[in-house]
Amino acid sequence: MTGQINSTAVKPAPATGAATPARAGFWPAFTIVALAVLALAVPLYGAVSGNTYAIVLASRILVFALAAVGLNLALGYGGMVSFGHAMYMGLGAYVVLIAGGAGWVNGWLQLLLLVMVVGAIAAIVGWISLRTQGLAFIMITLAFAQLFYFLFVSLRDYGGDDGMSLGAPSGFGPLTGHPIALYYALLATLVLSVYGTWRLVNSRFGLVLRATRVNERRVKAVGTGPLAYQLVAYVLSALICALAGFFLANLTGFVSPAYMAWTVSGELIVMVVLGGVGTVFGPVVGAVALLLFEEVLKGWTEHWPIVFGPLVVLMVVVLRQGLWGLLRGRAE
Amino acid sequence: MSIAFLFTQLLNGLQFGVLLFLMAAGLTLVLGIMSFINLAHGSLYMAGAYLAAVVSAHTGSFVLAVLAGMVGLFVISVALDRLALSALHRRPHLDQVLATFGIVLFANEAARMMFGSAPLYMDAPAVLSEPFEILGFNYPSYRAAIIAVGIAVALGLHWLIDRTRIGMLIRAGASNRAMVSALGVNIGWLTTFVFALGGALAGLAGAMVGPILSIQPGMGEPVLILTLVVIVIGGIGSIRGALLGALIVGVVDTLGRGVLPGLLAMLFNPSVAAAAGPALASVGVYLLMAAVLAFKPQGLFPVRYA
Repeated sequence: MTGQINSTAVKPAPATGAATPARAGFWPAFTIVALAVLALAVPLYGAVSGNTYAIVLASRILVFALAAVGLNLALGYGGMVSFGHAMYMGLGAYVVLIAGGAGWVNGWLQLLLLVMVVGAIAAIVGWISLRTQGLAFIMITLAFAQLFYFLFVSLRDYGGDDGMSLGAPSGFGPLTGHPIALYYALLATLVLSVYGTWRLVNSRFGLVLRATRVNERRVKAVGTGPLAYQLVAYVLSALICALAGFFLANLTGFVSPAYMAWTVSGELIVMVVLGGVGTVFGPVVGAVALLLFEEVLKGWTEHWPIVFGPLVVLMVVVLRQGLWGLLRGRAE
Repeated sequence: MSIAFLFTQLLNGLQFGVLLFLMAAGLTLVLGIMSFINLAHGSLYMAGAYLAAVVSAHTGSFVLAVLAGMVGLFVISVALDRLALSALHRRPHLDQVLATFGIVLFANEAARMMFGSAPLYMDAPAVLSEPFEILGFNYPSYRAAIIAVGIAVALGLHWLIDRTRIGMLIRAGASNRAMVSALGVNIGWLTTFVFALGGALAGLAGAMVGPILSIQPGMGEPVLILTLVVIVIGGIGSIRGALLGALIVGVVDTLGRGVLPGLLAMLFNPSVAAAAGPALASVGVYLLMAAVLAFKPQGLFPVRYA
């Protein structure tokens, strides 16, 4: 039985592997350049036009792009289908709220705390979840996310179900609470994490990780224990999501358990798959496309999930290599 | 904390466990036999609840409402499986998760558009409105009836799976799908039947919770996620695991919420208890799951016939 599950689960998807952006052809390169120019220009546009919403929306897109890049490390390269990564976004946001409430407003201190706390939680959750595979892994990661969701719902001191406004934004000297500084910090973090992912998956570490996704038994047979590699990838991916949560809390000035609702985990997966599973830049494209599309849909009808749900099904059936695969396919 | 209170809580836990079993039985078979993960199982439960509430409001008959929930969901499940989900059986789990996630979003919004966001309520049948006396304690007879239905379903499933020809085929399909197919059994319709059976049980669960919970869009997902916890604790594909897992989860969750805060208040000072009680109670089931997995990754009752 388990043998059957494995053989279908590890069937390698086409067009995987770490594409070097430089070799990827015209359309991918064009997309990267266009997105980069747009991303750099948004604050300028906001300042000129006086449209403050543009920068909020763009920051939000960057937050989710960062989280999608994080999830992709576990899901795309590690083959670990986690349905609970919104939990790490929520944990990152709660670090800001709880540390700030205790008087620790220094942003660097909060980041240090975030790495330690979320790193420890992700290591424990990852270790337990990785004792299972395939279907069970999906269900367990979902259940762990619910654990933390209900934990924060029950914490009345931090607003319970309703959430709570931040007492103070994370302190970074004169830049504290400045929306444009926040935006560029987010952009820089995103660029760094995309670059970091690219370096990581092309390293020896990434080779073992990707090989494990394709065939775990063979990796074991050549004498490598894949568990440690998977666990490290899982924790790193959780930390990137927590970082996204850290920015989200500062962006909205508000933290609530809704950040780690199971539907958010689902949307993160949609972003990764829409962009292209296991491609370095795909999740960014997926996050941009999904959030802009949602924005249009929400403006059109309040019942937007009635359209969005069937489109997710359609995406699964039709768009098997994601938008990034589409861009690359046209180039080849 | 009186004995009567504890006893009532225990029975409430059993009753909740029975509902979880109705959800878990179908889902675990689908997971075990088809290796197919269906997040929309919670939507089937919600559909059963709405269908029963509508029938109950129109006819005033509770029995008809529950029958409508079951039969209606059997039919809906057959259609859903043949039209959409069977195409996903051979896809990777990631695709299955995403596609059924899309169906959940659609179903919840469809319910909101048709019935509004305000919860609906359903009346318990008049026959079951008087409390029921057991061992000298009073217990609501409607909840007792749910427990009885659950026991009947468990026995019926045991008979179906272990004693009938179709049950034999289901077990064989779980062990080796290709071989059963090669022997001339139409495995596609067999899996559709199993899926629809699970859908009917989810519909039954949904129809029966009407009188004790509010019926509203999104009601299926909290139950779905607890059902997944049940299946993971019990062992994927195992009916016996689903039953025992569901009872464990139901009792732990209910006792945790009802008894734990009081127990902590006796052991620690009130401020600690007031802070830790609700938190521990709401995550107790998940901690139990983590503990089980840490020691037995296959679940407590792994499938024997696989």
